[in-house]
Amino acid sequence: MARAVSRNTKIGWTIAAWAVALLIFFPILYTIITSLKSEQEAIAGFDLIPSFTLESYQTVQSQNNYWRPFTNSVILAVGSTLLALIVAIPAAWAMAFSPTKRTKDILMWMLSTKMMPAVAVLVPIYLIFLRTGLMDTRIGLTVLLMMINLPIVVWMLYTYFREIPGEILEAARMDGATLRDEILYVLTPMAIPGIASTLLLNIILAWNEAFWTIQLTTTNAAPLSAFIASFSSPQGLFWAKLSAASVMAIAPILVLGWFSQKQLVRGLTFGAVK
Amino acid sequence: MGQITLQGVTKRFGEVEVIPPLDLTIEDGEFVVFVGPSGCGKSTLLRLIAGLEDVSAGDILIDGKNATDASPARRGLAMVFQSYALYPHMSVRKNIAFPLKMAGVSKPEQDRRIEAAAKALNLTSYLDRRPGQLSGGQRQRVAIGRAIVREPSAFLFDEPLSNLDAALRVGMRLEISELHNRLKTTMIYVTHDQVEAMTMADKIVVLQAGRIEQVGSPLDLYLRPKNVFVAGFIGSPRMNLFSGAAAAEYGAMTIGVRPEHIRISGQGGKWKGRVGVSEHLGSDSFFYVEDTGLAETITVRADGEVTLHHGDTVWLTPDEGKIHRFDTNGDRI
Repeated sequence: MARAVSRNTKIGWTIAAWAVALLIFFPILYTIITSLKSEQEAIAGFDLIPSFTLESYQTVQSQNNYWRPFTNSVILAVGSTLLALIVAIPAAWAMAFSPTKRTKDILMWMLSTKMMPAVAVLVPIYLIFLRTGLMDTRIGLTVLLMMINLPIVVWMLYTYFREIPGEILEAARMDGATLRDEILYVLTPMAIPGIASTLLLNIILAWNEAFWTIQLTTTNAAPLSAFIASFSSPQGLFWAKLSAASVMAIAPILVLGWFSQKQLVRGLTFGAVK
Repeated sequence: MGQITLQGVTKRFGEVEVIPPLDLTIEDGEFVVFVGPSGCGKSTLLRLIAGLEDVSAGDILIDGKNATDASPARRGLAMVFQSYALYPHMSVRKNIAFPLKMAGVSKPEQDRRIEAAAKALNLTSYLDRRPGQLSGGQRQRVAIGRAIVREPSAFLFDEPLSNLDAALRVGMRLEISELHNRLKTTMIYVTHDQVEAMTMADKIVVLQAGRIEQVGSPLDLYLRPKNVFVAGFIGSPRMNLFSGAAAAEYGAMTIGVRPEHIRISGQGGKWKGRVGVSEHLGSDSFFYVEDTGLAETITVRADGEVTLHHGDTVWLTPDEGKIHRFDTNGDRI
């Protein structure tokens, strides 16, 4: 039975929820507002009403070509995600449907690599990139981003696959399905929501990755995260331009996130509630 | 054809031997029920026959051919699962068509077989629905339909009715029995419910801890249980089992008397006791008699019209010719 909640309590909670949401969203909102100001307005102090000038955007675009890092971001995010899925789907499959005594340990070990600070392996990876000629290349960075996010991708898919009842796969086997038929006609269609939300989340994670992209790129392979960083030092005092660059960097992923909210929430909470 | 022979079939999970070497022959067209308490290995045995588990030792022959290492798909058997295991993303029609599609059956032939199965199972008006839109009984029928269309050499049922409510269960029980009469195909049916076993089987296999305790027709098991375990497991309500002086009188370690083989009377008899709980079903009455000094309670089945009250003193007399006697090992004398 649902608990009876008084009208006032409801209003109170609604206001509180909106307040928290606004608080979290405020930095992004203020960045957008600032990007629409002139430089004088931007440094003048706190003001929520901009003059709606696009001057900063024009300057950013004319000084640094936006489309190059944008293309790099798309290639890195989508490429590393697809690569990760190709590796993770069979891995998660094996762990979910024919687990061994060590499966849990392997999963924990994979997750533990995410607990290590990235800077701890910066030097070796930097040297590997330097010596193999992968520095500032899209291919090098795609592979690296794939490996960074792989544990999360495997975990998410594993949780999804575990929810698929084993008896359904056994039924398919009894019905004469080969391993290929089983994967193609039964498992994949049932796992599509899970694969889709994993894909979305991983694209977002890869898009936002800043540590490695800044360390290992200069111009050729630099994505949007490096693009913003490149603004912060020479243009650090030009807040309107910096804001415009930031908005341009986060806009695509914000739009993607907005439209795929439902999938994402479902993906992240999947398996938590039966 | 659907003769299935198990020769020395053994299953170990790591160190644990869940099924010690076991021999069994299931004749073509037989309805065989594996029954036993939960954890007795009956489902594992069925899965070994299906090919969903690998045997640790021994051979499985299907129609004389060794199928021990054959994949489930190649054994020509169909299975109905406890959870129905329907494909949730496919319509009923596609679910039933799936094994035919896998076998490469032509489209017109597929349609013909689906229509026939749907008609036989009253599913015609549900063919375009998804499993999620069906009731438990309808889902079970779809699962049976999916098994029928393959025209397998044997059907395997793994506790197919345990997710249904009592009324539906009785109905489906009859439907499965009718199906067997019509198809005359071998059926192996796993259940923990001995009523299902007694009512459906041609042959019952009673299992305990992976061992076969007795194989026989339902009446055989009822009238001549081979040991104390089978005596106590088959029959509802349970057979009354006593040991001690009452058993020694008959030259046995343990004796068993079924509730219907004990006469209850207010006037006099062999054993004296007091009526505890009584259950009146109309056709029969069951009395649970306490304080007899033989066992905690003795169950007696009497005519529906017999009325006795809680606390009444009664006398019980067993039908001497129907007492089952067991030795120190629990085996029938």
